[in-house]
Amino acid sequence: MSNEIKRGLQSPLRRKLLMGAAVLPAMALLPRLAFGAGPPTAAVNTTGLAVTDTEVTVGILHSATGTMAISETGSIQAEKLAIEQINAMGGVLGRKIKVIQEDGASDWPTFAEKAKKLLVNDKVASIMGCWTSASRKAVLPVMEQYNGMLYYPTFYEGLEQSKNVIYTGQEATQQILAGIDWITKEKNAKSFYFIGSDYIWPRTSNKIARKHIENFLKLKVVGEEYFPLGHTQFNSVINKLKLTKPDVIFTDVVGGSNVAFYKQLKAAGIDLSKQTLLTISVTEDEIDGIGGENIAGAYACMKYFQSLKNENNEKFVTAFKKMWGDKTVIGDVTQAAYLGPWLWKATVEKAGSFDVDKVAAASPGIEFKGAPEGYVRIHENHHLWSKTRVGKAKLDGQFDMVFETADLIQPDPFPKGYQ
Amino acid sequence: MIINSRFFNRSELIGFVALAALLFVILPLSLDVFRLNLVAKYLTYAFVGIGLVLCWGYGGILSLGQGVFFGLGGYCMAMFLKLEASSPENTKIQSTPGIPDFMDWNQITSLPLFWQPFHSLTLTILAIILVPGLFALIIGTAMFKRRVGGTYFAIITQAVAAILTILIVGQQGYTGGINGMTDLRTLKGWDIRPDHAKVILYFFEVFLLFGCILLAQFIRLTKLGRILVAMREQEDRVRFSGYSVANFKIFAFCMAAIFAAIGGAMFALNVGFMSPSFVGIVPSIEMVIYTAVGGRMSIFGAVWGSLLVNVAKTGLSESFPQLWLFGLGGLFIAVVLAFPNGLSGIWADYVQPRIDRLLAWRKPKPAKAWTDSSVADGAPAE
Repeated sequence: MSNEIKRGLQSPLRRKLLMGAAVLPAMALLPRLAFGAGPPTAAVNTTGLAVTDTEVTVGILHSATGTMAISETGSIQAEKLAIEQINAMGGVLGRKIKVIQEDGASDWPTFAEKAKKLLVNDKVASIMGCWTSASRKAVLPVMEQYNGMLYYPTFYEGLEQSKNVIYTGQEATQQILAGIDWITKEKNAKSFYFIGSDYIWPRTSNKIARKHIENFLKLKVVGEEYFPLGHTQFNSVINKLKLTKPDVIFTDVVGGSNVAFYKQLKAAGIDLSKQTLLTISVTEDEIDGIGGENIAGAYACMKYFQSLKNENNEKFVTAFKKMWGDKTVIGDVTQAAYLGPWLWKATVEKAGSFDVDKVAAASPGIEFKGAPEGYVRIHENHHLWSKTRVGKAKLDGQFDMVFETADLIQPDPFPKGYQ
Repeated sequence: MIINSRFFNRSELIGFVALAALLFVILPLSLDVFRLNLVAKYLTYAFVGIGLVLCWGYGGILSLGQGVFFGLGGYCMAMFLKLEASSPENTKIQSTPGIPDFMDWNQITSLPLFWQPFHSLTLTILAIILVPGLFALIIGTAMFKRRVGGTYFAIITQAVAAILTILIVGQQGYTGGINGMTDLRTLKGWDIRPDHAKVILYFFEVFLLFGCILLAQFIRLTKLGRILVAMREQEDRVRFSGYSVANFKIFAFCMAAIFAAIGGAMFALNVGFMSPSFVGIVPSIEMVIYTAVGGRMSIFGAVWGSLLVNVAKTGLSESFPQLWLFGLGGLFIAVVLAFPNGLSGIWADYVQPRIDRLLAWRKPKPAKAWTDSSVADGAPAE
């Protein structure tokens, strides 16, 4: 019987190895690049990072298993795509990027442990990783203690700024305010109802939204409810929605709860083509699980949609689908994850060094013109200048962009008047 | 001299010496600080395991909620460390300096009353023992006095684990919510993060672990330990003999809770982190699995189980980030199906007899009558 188990364990491994072997000849066909033509290692690496004359090691740290895997897989894919494209262009400072991938397993302490392993044992030059706020909070002390560089892709609650982190997603004010302004004007809204998952991001986002609605727009918030992560019974709040009849339902429910929420909303007869709903937590990735028919008509406030029409994005979507399959969808965070390796490359090249201190110092002002969302630039506070966009969900799971801000919005992780 | 033939029988003595050699000498000499710190993290679960051996293996009380006590101990420690890390100088960026960062994010402007005692290390250490101990006393009294046992008790402990998680997550202004308490820095001004501190904490933890092992072994060998075994086998007979079964069960459950809490406190110190993900149902069951893999009848087995399962977890996840969970699952199924008494069972059934045969020329002294009879009661010899 133990033999059987052994065989069971071996076969997927063997398959994986065989697949790996099959890729080898394909790789040999790629044009040979002259890695190692960059400046000498001693000059670009004075702190003992894993940099050789031909290679530089970076870490990817996301959940490949557990409840967050469904969201984080897109980020892993986007980061690998960006790294492959950078390598095809000759790497960073003449060095090929080698990836060490670790699994955070949807478990925050595991994230901290693996981050420490990447920095202490593997001496990676930077880490692309984390998704939830909780995982970032767990990893942050490790990054600061061992002086690492983290590129964090998710839109998040703000109230944080670190020398050792570049936030490639939008902080709360960048994501929310312009969207609320637009929907208020467009729908002539007077009242809002907040529904969120119970943790720091929805609570902080709703706090900012509430201050904006009550103090600046002088409108009303008629209800605010939170549910534990993974909650699937929304009937009580749906009844309250029917009673209070808010002009706008504002949601930041995350993960699997979304599926239950939108299905129950539809089953209860709340038609999203008549009832305005603005969400800041549903991207193309989530709609994949919710089903387009359950959410069509809802508005989402993001900085990127797969359907954006510009040259960068068309190239990005084509390359992504070529690498990961036609059925994959690309959400806001996936795109932000794609920016990480490119921004790091640009920063290293500006600094002329892989040293974390020099990279951190060189980060402000770094631009990336090839971003699928359009032009982005790193602010002094290590967040990105970015636009706010509102999209309307369609039956096929894509968004129609109905609004975008004219200019890039300045990141403001510690917003005055909103705390 | 504590270690004599009466306190440990021969094979237990071998187990004790082997474990001491491994933890005090071999691991510190062969591992770098990063790996040693991981071992310290794994060993925090060994405390829980020792408690489970007493309460489940000997007392027959299966608790699927040890994460509750691990968490309570861990949170008590983390609250002390968090307060120290939230000095007004460290938190001057906040709207209210001097309180933990997560309180500030949740618009709390003064330190809540129940946080006040955690300014003092003495009170914190007392709380680490007393809070989980009292909590276990309340649950235990409510359950065992009403003769709730077996499966029902296991289910109720699970419910408690779920309730506590929801409470911690929901009251994030007071507890840090799902993020937990992160960025713990110093203990009485002593930085717990650099390498040399990790080594000192490791040795401190191993000493504490051996203290708990000796205490558990002591409890096992007293009359109390014998009553626990008797209760597991024939609860009614013990009751009819005039013993208050409930009180003994409550005692075993409280001891297990306190051991788990010490583990939790050491976890917060070693990892610099505490979060609800160690409190809920899943971690509680994982802790039972560590004990089951190690062997629920063996105190040393529980330590080995926690170590080996976690080593396998880290090793597999580093080598196969996508597939490791299947490997780990397979390992559990294999051990539980093939070796119901866990690793210590393998040792007792396969390894020990061979060693004995090899050493047959040196006949061991016959053990004292009362140690021998514990074997007859159904507890396999370790």
